[in-house]
Amino acid sequence: MTAAMNAPPLLAATGLAKAWGGVRAVDDVSFSVAAGEIVALIGPNGAGKSTCFNLINGQLRPDAGRVLLSGRDITGAGPARAFRAGVGRTFQIAATFASMTVRENVQTALAAARGQIMRPWGAGRNIARDDAMRLLALAGMAGMTERPAAGLAYGDVKRLELAIALAGAPRLLLMDEPTAGMAPADRAALMRIAVAVARAQNIGVLFTEHDMDAVFAHADRILVLDRGRLIASGAPAEVRDSPAVRAAYLGDGVLFAATADDRRQ
Amino acid sequence: MSFWIAQFLTGLASAASLFLVASGLSIIFGVTRVVNFAHGAFYMVGAYVAWSLTERLSGAFGWWGGVLLAAAAVAALGALAEILVLRRIYQAPELFQLLATFGLTLVAADLVVMLWGPDELVGRRAPGFTGSIALFDQMIPAWDLFLIALGPVALGLLWLLFNRTRFGVLVRAATQDREMAAALGVNEKWLFTGVFALGVFLAALAGALQLPRESVNHHMDLRIIVDAFVVVVIGGLGSITGAFVAALLVAQLNAFGILLFPKISLVIIFLVMAAVLAVRPWGLLGRPDVAQRPPAATSARPWRPLGGAGRLAMAALVLAAAALPFVSGDYLVIAATETLIFAILAVSLHVLLSVAGVASFGHAAFFGLGAYGVALAVKGLGLGMGAALALAPLVGLVGAGLFALAAARLSGVYLAMLTLAFAQILWSIAFQWVEVTGGDNGVLGLWPAGFAAQPAGFYWLTLGLAVLVIGVSRVIMFSPFGYGLRGARDEARRAASIGVSPGLMRWCAFAIAGTGAAVAGALFAFLKGSVFPDTLAIPVSVDSLVMVLLGGVQTTLGPLAGAVAYKALSIWLLSQTQWSKLALGLVILAVVLAFPRGLVGVVNQWRDRWLTQRRPGHGEPP
Repeated sequence: MTAAMNAPPLLAATGLAKAWGGVRAVDDVSFSVAAGEIVALIGPNGAGKSTCFNLINGQLRPDAGRVLLSGRDITGAGPARAFRAGVGRTFQIAATFASMTVRENVQTALAAARGQIMRPWGAGRNIARDDAMRLLALAGMAGMTERPAAGLAYGDVKRLELAIALAGAPRLLLMDEPTAGMAPADRAALMRIAVAVARAQNIGVLFTEHDMDAVFAHADRILVLDRGRLIASGAPAEVRDSPAVRAAYLGDGVLFAATADDRRQ
Repeated sequence: MSFWIAQFLTGLASAASLFLVASGLSIIFGVTRVVNFAHGAFYMVGAYVAWSLTERLSGAFGWWGGVLLAAAAVAALGALAEILVLRRIYQAPELFQLLATFGLTLVAADLVVMLWGPDELVGRRAPGFTGSIALFDQMIPAWDLFLIALGPVALGLLWLLFNRTRFGVLVRAATQDREMAAALGVNEKWLFTGVFALGVFLAALAGALQLPRESVNHHMDLRIIVDAFVVVVIGGLGSITGAFVAALLVAQLNAFGILLFPKISLVIIFLVMAAVLAVRPWGLLGRPDVAQRPPAATSARPWRPLGGAGRLAMAALVLAAAALPFVSGDYLVIAATETLIFAILAVSLHVLLSVAGVASFGHAAFFGLGAYGVALAVKGLGLGMGAALALAPLVGLVGAGLFALAAARLSGVYLAMLTLAFAQILWSIAFQWVEVTGGDNGVLGLWPAGFAAQPAGFYWLTLGLAVLVIGVSRVIMFSPFGYGLRGARDEARRAASIGVSPGLMRWCAFAIAGTGAAVAGALFAFLKGSVFPDTLAIPVSVDSLVMVLLGGVQTTLGPLAGAVAYKALSIWLLSQTQWSKLALGLVILAVVLAFPRGLVGVVNQWRDRWLTQRRPGHGEPP
């Protein structure tokens, strides 16, 4: 932090607000994410996580506030421009190209990242082949590069999505519930991969998550939203002990104490 | 003034039957997601059956009984068609059901002529409504007044059905979320059959109730189906009230359009539809969140360019095709030329429909732009054949580019309907702007130059251009850009998040498809030596769609196989039997039932099965 005091942080959200009808889904939220930092955004259902997330990735335009990526304004820029600015993302319900093989999925993303996607000649399946294989190996999918994406198990789809998101060499990786819908063993593996890559490549990560084990195991910092407002922000230990956070989660710390049961469901 | 009121009342009366047909179409689409092209056919059959029954049953009760019995009988036919045909293909790619209902339409078109003869039939008047009533100094047929009252009554009954009965609640539940309804224990199979029968009943009733107003004829089906589609789209898919409002609007536009805007009377409802969709992309009372099915073309079997053996086979095929004029007479060569032209058209639609996942019901627009582009180049600018063939595709490109810009906000069936509107608008310009296009008389004397003046020469020219267009489309398909197109089709959110704009991809697909279709249209103009508004008409759009679907929408070589099979078969059947539509319809139904993945789809399936048998353990493709 000290060395970068004067440089703008990787991601800076200031005064974000978004209302749906009369409901303030996100209300004056400000935070930042540094390069190489893993930040979790948590909160009870309906706290405004998804809205907040969509404001950061440019899908939604906030009523007020700004989103800066390394000082550059990407507020409401839309997903395509956010991507070009250096934002990669994965979706809560994984989205991959079902008609392609695993490798072609990553190659398509690589072609887009390198400005070759509008080229109507040459074989698309030969583009950046080695880089695609390297990314897939990173995601632990070296053995299934030639499989049709439509036939993958859900855990593999999630890993493929991570490889696609990394294809753009993002500086900021947004992951919306990266482990939702996965088997417990796969969850831990996916988070380990994502965190290892982020640390190695100095990528800032912002993720929302319901699985508290994943949050407390991997996040450097945790942001807690409740009813649209940021009620806590800090290292996992601080957040765990925060009375405001305990109050927000049913007031009795049930969720933290009982994550083991929660996870088995 | 009184004349206008009479015209208004006539419009209201027409709205009633239009509403019945459109609401049936809307209900069927809402629940089963089937675009029922056969709906007009059921309307027509309803009128014919009602004619026969009212001729035989006597007395006041007999006439009304005949009308209701006819609607019920046709509804039973509809249920039978649903059970025998549609039920087997709900899992097939989207739009494939459209092909099946198109087959049903063809069968019905010939069957009514076979059973009732080609002449118009005049039915009996409804007992008690035979006279006219003087209103505002005009004689208004009493039957029209009955129909005017029937419209709101039908709306009320349907409202009661959908809001106060268990069946109606189930239908609404299934319209919102099919999986959820099924999970709650709704028997989907019979619900679909019931909904289909209800929709067909409404259409057949509308047809039967037309008896006192107009003669029964075998063109009724196509006339009503287009208007009904427009009504459903303006009103909003799945909305009964929307269909009612839109039916009133469309019927009045039809009634007054001819008086107020004689120059654009044929196109006015399409202009209004385009205007409504521009403001409300989901129709007047439609909802934006109508669940969309994944695009038809998303294949779980990744596309591959041809390997060495495949390329060799294609080269051999081209050589064999090139040798045709040496071994056959002019008739066959001309038929083969026409087949090749439609292969180009089908391949161009394939880029849009399969590669980019955008359904179009109006591909004739770009075909016709190419044909009229030739007319303009030759007659207007005095250019030769070569220059005309170069200019015409540009006309298609510009037309498609402008259309895609205007349609940027739409998707799915609404976009498909807007393409239909675009084609109809162009058609009516060609038809009604007589000074420039010659109207119905067309533009004559567009003969190919020198070497292409003989059938063989023109055939080789067409073959060359077909190889070029198909080759280019395949290069695009497998290029990085082709992956971008397919990516945006498979998963728009993901595509956007890797910087591939789905909107831009769709625009490009329209531009490519429009250019390709215009090449086909230009060749067609020179083949026939003339251009008529027919080149822009609905049958061309339907044919191109049928060819792609028949070949297999999820395959890369499907459109080629589909075009050759469909066009060659229809040319041959036309020369062999007077019931060619019936035969073609039965063939289409047989193909639909036997090969729900299309002709090439089934070949791929067989090959995959053979390969996995030879290589147990699920080997990786080379």
